[in-house]
Amino acid sequence: MSVYLLRRLIQAVGVVFAMSLIVFIGVFAIGDPVEILISPDADQIERERAIRALGLDLPLWEQYLIFLGKALQGDLGRSFVFNEPALQLILQRMPATLELAIAATLGAIVIGLPLGLYAGLRPHSLGSKAIMAGSILGFSLPTFWVGLMLIMVFAVQLGWLPSTGRGDTVEILGMRWSFLTADGLAHLVMPALNLALFKISLVIRLTRAGVRETMLMDYVKFARAKGLSPFRVTFVHVFKNILIPVVTVTGLEFGSTIAFSVVTESIFAWPGMGKLIIDSINVLDRPVIVAYLMIIVLMFITINLIVDLTYSVLDPRVRLEGK
Amino acid sequence: MADAPTPAAPQGAPTLEVRNLRTHFFTRAGVVKAVDDVSFTVGRGKVLGLVGESGSGKSVTGFSVMGLVDPPGRVVSGQILFKGQDLAKLSDEEMRKLRGNRIAMIFQDPMMTLNPVLRVDTQMIETVLAHEKVPEEEARRRARDALGMVGIPSPEERLKSYPHQFSGGMRQRVAIAIALLHRPDLIVADEPTTALDVTIQGQILAEVQKLAATTGTSLIWITHDLSVVAGLADDIAVMYAGKIVEHGDVGEVLDKPLHPYTHGLIGSVPSRNRRGEPLRQIPGMTPSLLSLAPGCAFRARCPRAAADCVEMPELHPWRPDRLARCHHPHLENVEQVA
Amino acid sequence: MSVALQTAPAAPAKDRVETPFQRFVSEFCESKLALLGLAVFTVIALVAILAPWIAPQDPYDLAVLDIMDGRLEPGSKSGDGSITYWLGTDDQGRDMLSGIMYGLRISLTVGAGSALLACIVGASLGLLAAYAGGKTDSAIMRVVDLQLSFPAILVALMILAFLGKSVMNVVIAIVVVEWAYYARTVRGTALVERRREYIEAAQCLALPTHRILFRHLLPNCLPPLIVIGTMQVARAIALEATLSFLGLGVPITEPSLGLLIANGYEYMLSGKYWISFYPGIALLITIVAINLVGDHLRDVLNPRLKK
Repeated sequence: MSVYLLRRLIQAVGVVFAMSLIVFIGVFAIGDPVEILISPDADQIERERAIRALGLDLPLWEQYLIFLGKALQGDLGRSFVFNEPALQLILQRMPATLELAIAATLGAIVIGLPLGLYAGLRPHSLGSKAIMAGSILGFSLPTFWVGLMLIMVFAVQLGWLPSTGRGDTVEILGMRWSFLTADGLAHLVMPALNLALFKISLVIRLTRAGVRETMLMDYVKFARAKGLSPFRVTFVHVFKNILIPVVTVTGLEFGSTIAFSVVTESIFAWPGMGKLIIDSINVLDRPVIVAYLMIIVLMFITINLIVDLTYSVLDPRVRLEGK
Repeated sequence: MADAPTPAAPQGAPTLEVRNLRTHFFTRAGVVKAVDDVSFTVGRGKVLGLVGESGSGKSVTGFSVMGLVDPPGRVVSGQILFKGQDLAKLSDEEMRKLRGNRIAMIFQDPMMTLNPVLRVDTQMIETVLAHEKVPEEEARRRARDALGMVGIPSPEERLKSYPHQFSGGMRQRVAIAIALLHRPDLIVADEPTTALDVTIQGQILAEVQKLAATTGTSLIWITHDLSVVAGLADDIAVMYAGKIVEHGDVGEVLDKPLHPYTHGLIGSVPSRNRRGEPLRQIPGMTPSLLSLAPGCAFRARCPRAAADCVEMPELHPWRPDRLARCHHPHLENVEQVA
Repeated sequence: MSVALQTAPAAPAKDRVETPFQRFVSEFCESKLALLGLAVFTVIALVAILAPWIAPQDPYDLAVLDIMDGRLEPGSKSGDGSITYWLGTDDQGRDMLSGIMYGLRISLTVGAGSALLACIVGASLGLLAAYAGGKTDSAIMRVVDLQLSFPAILVALMILAFLGKSVMNVVIAIVVVEWAYYARTVRGTALVERRREYIEAAQCLALPTHRILFRHLLPNCLPPLIVIGTMQVARAIALEATLSFLGLGVPITEPSLGLLIANGYEYMLSGKYWISFYPGIALLITIVAINLVGDHLRDVLNPRLKK
């Protein structure tokens, strides 16, 4: 187990370095670093001085080592727009994005799992066919357009929910959260649903496929032969088996949920990292872009690592092999 | 023990009496008559060997008795009298109360019958609690005793294991222990030793024989292996293409088969007595149940087939307690001895 | 009756001369849903191609736009009564129907174009990986695996962050996002194919490598490539729309469907839904139609599903 853990950790560190190299080359070699790192308003003399100060006259590999050294100390540059450390800026926005992504993931499971279960248990019923057609639509619908339609229906036409923003927040552990106030919760519903749409379809399909596959297993028939109630057969014997792939995939998808929150945050003016990165790309605030990319790569690799480990805990067979 | 009501169960009624059972599968390609007019009786404490090739309908017969035939399959007609009570007429809930309680089943592949993500104790205790309201501690004690009974060492520890930590033979013992938890009147065993090593197979057989004898449990032993039946069963029913083609006392049938199919089946088993002789074999393949021509299903492969075989023969009592579905049975077998 | 009897024996003979392509066509036609998808997509493609001739208005010609006609409801007439805006107008007084037709042009061009480009790049690298094997193979596949572990939108954002916003960069971003799927698919199929005798025969004839790769190996990798390609065109169109909606895609002077939707965003809150709604419907229908075709293509071309 510990050997496995160590190998996965080394792999993860390797990927982080590879990504830091790609981001570095992307920003410093492909783009114009002067334009990226020095405010466009600076005059010629300031530029010369800045180039020397930033070490842009040094060879590329030396620049990379400096970049890496600073990055390891948590220094990813200062935002031109906000004139604050880029990293700090990102970290301030992170709770909002995390809250949205967690709400969307939970929503996908709470909505998708029962629907998928139903579609798997009664594959030929009309309801199941409607659910499956809905899930195809969920895969095809452009997320951003659905977001607009949600606003149109629930905020503009019906006036049930607020259209944008986070609403009232409560501060816990130095971070602001929306879900603890009624107003904040009302603000959270639509963006979370919008972000969850694709995942709901995914969970429905996974659950349905899992149920149909598991129902054919001998151990389900044996469970019925033991005289267990249909309820227990479904919710203990079948459910526990499909939970493993569903949890794994939903977990792995958490990273992409965070990435896709870029779109949702832009629509609902949700003040998270995604909205910040779009604004930053639009005004060429490159230190923030670099910081965002590095943070999100780090998050991704951490999530993959956690999912791998969770998987081995959930499935007793994997646990044994790892030992 | 909350027995389902058994109205007018006559004293000394057989444990199971199946009459004219038909189980059909309604597939897109057509109706598959997997079990077509099957009748047999299993007496109290008796073992019936249900023999046939794969696809002969022997497993579906077992599942029909258990009430576990899944769509597109359905028991179309016939009676399944369990201690005088027709199982085919019971509601799902009434059937569930009998299943695993009075009638238990053991499956073919022990690697697949236990749920891989649930511990053995969970899977045993739930079986106890499905039929009896007892404290969990009591249920656990019974599970432990059952494991001990089927010869699993240190049952207390093994209860906490997951199925994948057991070998195939051990898993089948666990499955048998689960089947025995409520001391059922009938166990349907669907090729329970086929997937096991020969030595383990022998152990399990001996174990089951002992248990059946001590508890008075009746058994339906479904298999394609004649040698297993020879040592274990009291009666034998040979199935071919959804029908019973021969039925009788196991010794009689194996020594003096009447039906050419049974005859061929026995001849294709390698035996010490006929060492050196070429093995006889049954030519051809099992017919597809979808496109079954009228008449005897075996006639295309039968050395004795004649013109009248295009008419389906009845299951005829050629001798007392010797039934065979054939126009031209091997009567010389019985006459020689008589 | 006698006619039927006569034609019946002829049928098997016809089956025997059926080419793989004919069989593919007849199998494809079995699904009504897929045919509907294909028909809808054909109409959409025709509309996009013929937009300059069939659109009621040239939405880019500022001279014909009348700002007084801005944000008119669907079905209203223009101020001078010369034109009916069936789907309403946007804030510039542009006819939405015409805007959507021209927008489809851009969406389809960028989507299909970049998917094709990605296909060429990905298939070539996949073939190379399968044919060369060894270090080349593992290097290419390492990059593929790494890239596929990150979501498309993130990779696209990264590219646009490096290169800045422009249509060309959107195309590059989509190619970078999608090539890995093609590469993985082609490599998988090619690895199976290259062990077949006909490749050995070609090698024995000392044919040049590029000839073996593209004339012999590639045609046999086509079925999975077509399936992936169809799906990826839909994905490319959706990705382009998303990026344009975020303001990172096509310029405002040549709006694709995504940008049209974005333009309507601010008017949505005041109840003027049509500026965003109809382009979205057009986008949705396009993507669903392609997915329906792709879904069925996968069933027809997947040998594992064949009975």
